[in-house]
Amino acid sequence: MKHIAIGILGAAALGLVASAASAATLDDVKAKGFIQCGVSTGLAGFSAPDDKGDWQGIDADFCRAVAAAVFGDGTKVKFTPLSAKERFTALQSGEIDMLSRNTTWTINRDTALGLNFVGVTYYDGQGFMINAKKLPGVNSALQLSGAAVCVQSGTTTELNLADYFKANKMEYNPVVFEKLEEVNAAYDAGRCDVYTTDQSGLYGIRLTLGAPADHVVLPEIISKEPLGPAVRQGDDQWYHIVKWTYFALLQAEELGITKANIDEMKSSDSPEIKRVLGQEADTKIGTDLGVSNDWVVNIVKAVGNYGEMFERNVGSGSPLKIARGINALWTKGGLQYAPPIR
Amino acid sequence: MQEHDTSWVRTEMALSQQAPAGVRGLGAWIRKNLIASTGDTILTIVGIVLVAMILPQIINWAFINAQWTGTDRTFCATVAQGGIQPDGWSGACWAFVNAKFGQFMFGRYPIDERWRPILVAVLFVVLLVPLLIPRVPRKGLNAILFFLVLPIVAFILLTGGVFGLLHVETPLWGGLLVTLSLSFVGIAVSLPIGIVLALGRRSKMPIVKTLCVVFIETVRGIPLITVLFMASVMLPLFLPAGVTFDKLLRALIGVSLFAAAYMAEVVRGGLQAIPKGQYEGADSLGLGYWQKMGLIVLPQALKLVIPGIVNTFIGMFKDTSLVYIIGMFDLLGVVKLHFSDANWATPQTARSGLVFAAFVFWLFCFGMSRYSMFTERRLDTSYKR
Repeated sequence: MKHIAIGILGAAALGLVASAASAATLDDVKAKGFIQCGVSTGLAGFSAPDDKGDWQGIDADFCRAVAAAVFGDGTKVKFTPLSAKERFTALQSGEIDMLSRNTTWTINRDTALGLNFVGVTYYDGQGFMINAKKLPGVNSALQLSGAAVCVQSGTTTELNLADYFKANKMEYNPVVFEKLEEVNAAYDAGRCDVYTTDQSGLYGIRLTLGAPADHVVLPEIISKEPLGPAVRQGDDQWYHIVKWTYFALLQAEELGITKANIDEMKSSDSPEIKRVLGQEADTKIGTDLGVSNDWVVNIVKAVGNYGEMFERNVGSGSPLKIARGINALWTKGGLQYAPPIR
Repeated sequence: MQEHDTSWVRTEMALSQQAPAGVRGLGAWIRKNLIASTGDTILTIVGIVLVAMILPQIINWAFINAQWTGTDRTFCATVAQGGIQPDGWSGACWAFVNAKFGQFMFGRYPIDERWRPILVAVLFVVLLVPLLIPRVPRKGLNAILFFLVLPIVAFILLTGGVFGLLHVETPLWGGLLVTLSLSFVGIAVSLPIGIVLALGRRSKMPIVKTLCVVFIETVRGIPLITVLFMASVMLPLFLPAGVTFDKLLRALIGVSLFAAAYMAEVVRGGLQAIPKGQYEGADSLGLGYWQKMGLIVLPQALKLVIPGIVNTFIGMFKDTSLVYIIGMFDLLGVVKLHFSDANWATPQTARSGLVFAAFVFWLFCFGMSRYSMFTERRLDTSYKR
């Protein structure tokens, strides 16, 4: 009753909002003054709202990093929470400028769906969590023969699980549920010995268990789930900006540039640091990209480097306490590697 | 000469006396209601045992052991879970609801602008309450204010963008604000459309009748989830590139039309219950179609189907939760969204949040249900049993 007018006036006043989906995303973004960024409908450590309703997490911070690169201000971003089914339509139709929503990079999505993935902000994969009280002495997934495994139905997780056990000639007892909450409850109640889903999710779930210390995440990863941001095809400039924002985050960590020391680093003697931070005379690195030359400074000031982003959202600085693992820099035995910024 | 009075009828009332001791008082009530027969006694005992087993645990969990204040998960987690509570503790985490209360009510509506939905809510209550109480005068003015002025004021206040008010896009709306917006618009739009559809379906004009039948049967044959999915996933692909419809508006239209189709069938049930004589009587008075319907048939028909109408309202109020699947966050959606906040991830968080959401839904549904019973009693003059 009170909003009867919305139905009537809505179409005229706010219904037909023309947002841009033309080729030059950068111009549109600059014209409207913010980046519309698609995130998840809640995944701990990646994109989840805090008490004030601000989105926190690696994916949300990546949106802020791109906003910092474009505008010099990490707050110029608006978040659109998207369900798994809506996410690609939203990007294709121009409702959002970029998708940063724990989305696995696959060839099908890169080609047929008309997306361009810019990189892998988090190397995830399907893992196992076991109840160490019920399965004492197990420290590898290869010892799980005969175990009862809790899994969500209708997901690739279920298929990967079947493949893995078959390939290793092991038997297992699937305990299948439709809803994630049901799987969690069943595992916590001891209906099964093993829980399998993406490894990053296992850490979040462990926090909600009655006795987290009894549960161990096994080291094996049985599927590749490279999660990364994506943009629409057909706009190379925007693609490069988002891609190099990701590389800049990695490069900053590699060079030891942090949110805390960024101002000192600007006057560093190292030619590489000077070049990355746009402090060289007549540098054109930033302007060639379509942003200002101090874009890396802006990024690091807004969200820190990749390592800081990781630790704050999912690592030691968060309740999830996920180890860097393969998400460490290549110099530390991980997979995160950025081409040179020069 | 005075005639001898042969009447044997009492001329004055017998003095009223108390009921016999055996049928009044607590003892009699217990005898009558709890232990009247062997079967009753067994059921009473089973009932008492069940209550005695369950109730203390619920009270313990919800009140005595509950954690009322706190800033993060450590307040609601046991030591083994990385918190401050003793091991084996199990209590509601109202601290979570407390910390997220603003989110649950308004979603991501800017914190500095929250006075606007609050003001709308106050105006709404101030105008609605006198409208609902039959004794209060000036119903006409009140109705005009409520149905014509308030929607415009609410729209301006909530979306802003004029008179120096900050524009708040609907994606930022959430929580109870979205639930109430959707359900009130749905209720206000679906009832008139439903009545028109019901009349149309009983019409003798073939085209009108066919259109109404096709609309009602099509919409009733599709699940609401499908309607919402079509509106949110398919519609953007059909529109020209760059043109997007407001998501809330899409959901509003979907929910309203959906409820209208159900409402039409409820009203049609009422129309069919009116005896043919009423129609013929109206015709014989020379009333036209709309006069006949408006003055004679509909007042009787709607009165009959109040339970059905309120049933549809309550159903719709709860169905608004389905907008969760199109990425909008009504009360339940916001509560579930905040389960993903790692700062509050404990075994108690989800339970507490869901209990809170259930309580709020119950408050509104119970309120609607009680008011409909009151209206029924007030209007029910002829079919009382």
